[in-house]
Amino acid sequence: MTSEKRLDGRKADEMREIEAKVGIIKRADGSAYFRIGDTIAIAAVYGPRELFPRFLQNPETGILRCNYDMTTFSVTERKRPGPNRRGVEISLVTEKSLLPAVDLSQFPNAVVDVFVEIIQANSGTRCAGISAASLALAHAGVPMKDMVAAISVGKINGKVYVDLTKDEEDEEDATDIPVAFTARGKKLTLLQLDGNVSKKELQEALKLGKASCEKINKIQYKALKDYYKNE
Amino acid sequence: MTSEILIKDKEIVVPGQELARGMDYLPTQGAFREGELILSHYLGIASVNGRFLKVIPLNGRYIPKVDDTIIGKVIDIGFYGWMLDIRCAYRAVLSLRETSSFIEKSEDLTKYYDHGDLIVAKISKVTKQNAVDVTTKGPGLKKLIGGKILEVTPSKVPRMIGKQGSMISMIKEATGCNVIIGQNGRVWIKGESSDKENLVSDIILKIDQESHIDGLTDKIKKMLESKK
Repeated sequence: MTSEKRLDGRKADEMREIEAKVGIIKRADGSAYFRIGDTIAIAAVYGPRELFPRFLQNPETGILRCNYDMTTFSVTERKRPGPNRRGVEISLVTEKSLLPAVDLSQFPNAVVDVFVEIIQANSGTRCAGISAASLALAHAGVPMKDMVAAISVGKINGKVYVDLTKDEEDEEDATDIPVAFTARGKKLTLLQLDGNVSKKELQEALKLGKASCEKINKIQYKALKDYYKNE
Repeated sequence: MTSEILIKDKEIVVPGQELARGMDYLPTQGAFREGELILSHYLGIASVNGRFLKVIPLNGRYIPKVDDTIIGKVIDIGFYGWMLDIRCAYRAVLSLRETSSFIEKSEDLTKYYDHGDLIVAKISKVTKQNAVDVTTKGPGLKKLIGGKILEVTPSKVPRMIGKQGSMISMIKEATGCNVIIGQNGRVWIKGESSDKENLVSDIILKIDQESHIDGLTDKIKKMLESKK
């Protein structure tokens, strides 16, 4: 990228348009829809419920189990259905990023299942998935200490941008840094990095990510409150 | 140091929202303290009662409490009793000794309660590890035969019953239906005709959806009168 402006005309700290809704899946205990630009994630929460097989149970606290997957039609080239290496990794980081926010101490031996499905992908899917999952958990009435928002930050040609699209991500020398923050504690719960950045660039990226997550939190709160206002 | 409340009574709050600052207030159900702050655990409705702050969740599992009357469904039968699904995170046990009739151990237990049967029971014991015991000894605790069953949000059950049972007795009187509401959010309705049963189920579902809106009793009254 040579010009100052981004490919879709956004500013460096400008995210794509965000839309959030809860209660979209009737049979789930909690559900949410989260769209950022062309990336759409839906999340469903089931539980707390009994966990089997028994050796997975934890008698001290309930456990959180996340599952991330992309639909076959979500990307331009058909994605082979079923779990894959990438999905397993993202399921794990989703779980780790949500864990500090939920409080399952009153549900020993139980499990809360979170299913994240990407129905349309244009970068930042794991971040959209985490934001959706956090909404769905709140909607399901799972005890929570905080909410989580996530956004991908990136570096292109030594400059830091927020919420990269697929086209920007494919630039030469582009580095993608997905981050997640808790709403109240401002704790970093997800940080991945593919590529190389300098210390200064990383600090700048985190600062930008934190500010963007605050904006997402406001949208999440509004989505939760609106669900009960409209009825 | 001054203490202050940061929300209005009956306001919808989100998880982690600050309800009050300072040590003069106390968190009760659905709220917790972190340092100086009192925060919400749930997406729910906050209520301020003197110094006590409470959040009633708008959704979520039933949490078993001793002496609650619930409606359970038989999901498994063992040597010494039945396993019931009571819509909480754990299954409940109805042991042979806790039934109203004397049952020999060698007897076929399906004669009393079979798979899928619905039973009104009372919670007799809940351990720290959430093992739940129920009993059917007592007035009004029995197997349900016929009728219609609904599932609603457990946290909204008090609204359906009303103050001293005002809401439920209004519905019962107006329709002549027999209605049992379990604290776990299962509702059983039996009336003379399916029309009347459907009217009651419509009303129950309406309360479930609009429990957080003021003036619900009047709305239900109007609904009952118009359908007469």
